[in-house]
Amino acid sequence: MSAREVRLRARGFAPRRLPGAGAVTAVCVFAAWEAVCRAGLVSPFALPAPSRVLAVLAEMALSGELLAHLRASLGRLAGGWAIGMLCGVLAGLAIGVSSLARSVGLPLVSALFPVPKIALLPLLILWLGIGEAPKLATIALGTFFPVALSTASGVDQIPRSLIRMAQSFDLPNRAIVLKVILPGALPGIFAGARISSSIALVLLTAAEMIGAEYGIGALVLQAGHLMRADRLLAGVVLLSVLGVAIGAGLGALERRLLAWR
Amino acid sequence: MRLRARNLAHAYDGLAALGPLDLVVEAGERLAIVGPSGCGKSTLLAILGGLLRPSGGRVWFEGEAPSGSIVPVAYVFQDFALLPWRTVAGNVALPLEGRLPRTEIRARVGAALARTGLSDFAGRFPRELSGGMRQRVGIARALVVEPGVLLLDEPLSALDAQTRELLLEDILGLTEGATLVWVTHNLEEAVRVADRVILLSARPGRIRAEIAVPVPARERNRPEAVPVLARLRGELWALLREDARRAQTEGPP
Ligand SMILES: Nc1ncnc2c1ncn2[C@@H]1O[C@H](COP(=O)(O)OP(=O)(O)OP(=O)(O)O)[C@@H](O)[C@H]1O
Ligand SMILES: [Mg+2]
Repeated sequence: MSAREVRLRARGFAPRRLPGAGAVTAVCVFAAWEAVCRAGLVSPFALPAPSRVLAVLAEMALSGELLAHLRASLGRLAGGWAIGMLCGVLAGLAIGVSSLARSVGLPLVSALFPVPKIALLPLLILWLGIGEAPKLATIALGTFFPVALSTASGVDQIPRSLIRMAQSFDLPNRAIVLKVILPGALPGIFAGARISSSIALVLLTAAEMIGAEYGIGALVLQAGHLMRADRLLAGVVLLSVLGVAIGAGLGALERRLLAWR
Repeated sequence: MRLRARNLAHAYDGLAALGPLDLVVEAGERLAIVGPSGCGKSTLLAILGGLLRPSGGRVWFEGEAPSGSIVPVAYVFQDFALLPWRTVAGNVALPLEGRLPRTEIRARVGAALARTGLSDFAGRFPRELSGGMRQRVGIARALVVEPGVLLLDEPLSALDAQTRELLLEDILGLTEGATLVWVTHNLEEAVRVADRVILLSARPGRIRAEIAVPVPARERNRPEAVPVLARLRGELWALLREDARRAQTEGPP
């Protein structure tokens, strides 16, 4: 009988992260973009070079314009998102623990979740006037639904045995909610925070395009009207940086609060 | 504290799962409950612990709980039921929080961890512990409330054989003098931990037999005890065998 080596079959399907690959990719993309622009292959009015976009950002920073836009946007984002998170977590916990809240709330939330909240902005303006309130409300609404749903599913993920354990020690319901249900639902709450943060960014931009003097959305829209692609792209870069920063912040918070996982 | 149940029965949505049966657990007694799988052992224990309202009959205590007692009955769970986001010390402190001053909680938790050999693991999270250590946390958490009655639902069943053996010896030492009800499907475990073993029939579980274990608890780990316990185990198996086979072929409802 001939001897044959055992062939290893368990290969692949285990993607790893190659260190530095992300940074290298970014550098390559920007270098190529810059090269294309310098070579005069595209009109600078259609696609300004990254160096130009950077220069515009620097100018805006010096003139204080950047700060004004950022302050307006961050204020709306933080306010709307905080309201939406708070209400969403409370609603999600209620749906998670109470039969009444579940029977009433779940169909309601499920029906309203798919409605693009930006469609409600005109209605909200009708109700709340044209100031900050409708913008905050749009962002809050967009945040509320995904957070409520993922908080509720976070509660559903908690093993029943943990709740029974707490009851076996006669813990009052308040303590069970605070010490078992809330921390147990935290992974779900974080999932909701992640989804809703990107939704909030979209709604922020859209709301600022509809009626605002300051804000990144307003900046992008005005730049478009003036055919200033460099300013427009500066706004887009700001949005991207903002999104990445929020994601990184949430990631850091999650690593701290969910270290037990 | 003595625990009594009269005419106890339970049905899940019309499926008779337990009883009717009467039960007395004397103060300081160690009772094991065995029976074929699905016969209602966990159901019985949950009712005794006030985690489930029986469909019929009632359960009550007689006598006083120990003076330092926080809750009259404490539970030890098969799956440990530890809060994964709390450290070992945090898990053990849970039933005391809001009921005792902080300093006393710290002292009691420290003592409970020391008794169960967990002092060096106070700051660890459950996921960092082996199964045996996790169940030690479950036991420390039950003992820290100084319960009148300790209820254990298959406390060793999720562990490997050697861990089970070690933990069994330790639990026997830790619970000396305590009133306990120990549910298990493992007959050998039952005759080693209990003064009295109650055998339940296939679902709905009724009391089929009761056997006293004539070896004092502290002598159970001696070699002389081995043949006595083995004989008892054999008697129990002879009684259980047909029911166990039936439970097997009937399967889940
Ligand atoms: N919540 C429930 N709803 C419906 N039926 C249940 C429920 N819990 C248990 N049962 C059924 O009741 C019977 C008794 O269950 P129980 O868990 O008390 O048995 P057990 O003796 O502890 O079983 P095991 O040996 O598997 O631990 C089983 O047939 C089980 O399928
Ligand atoms: Mg069971």
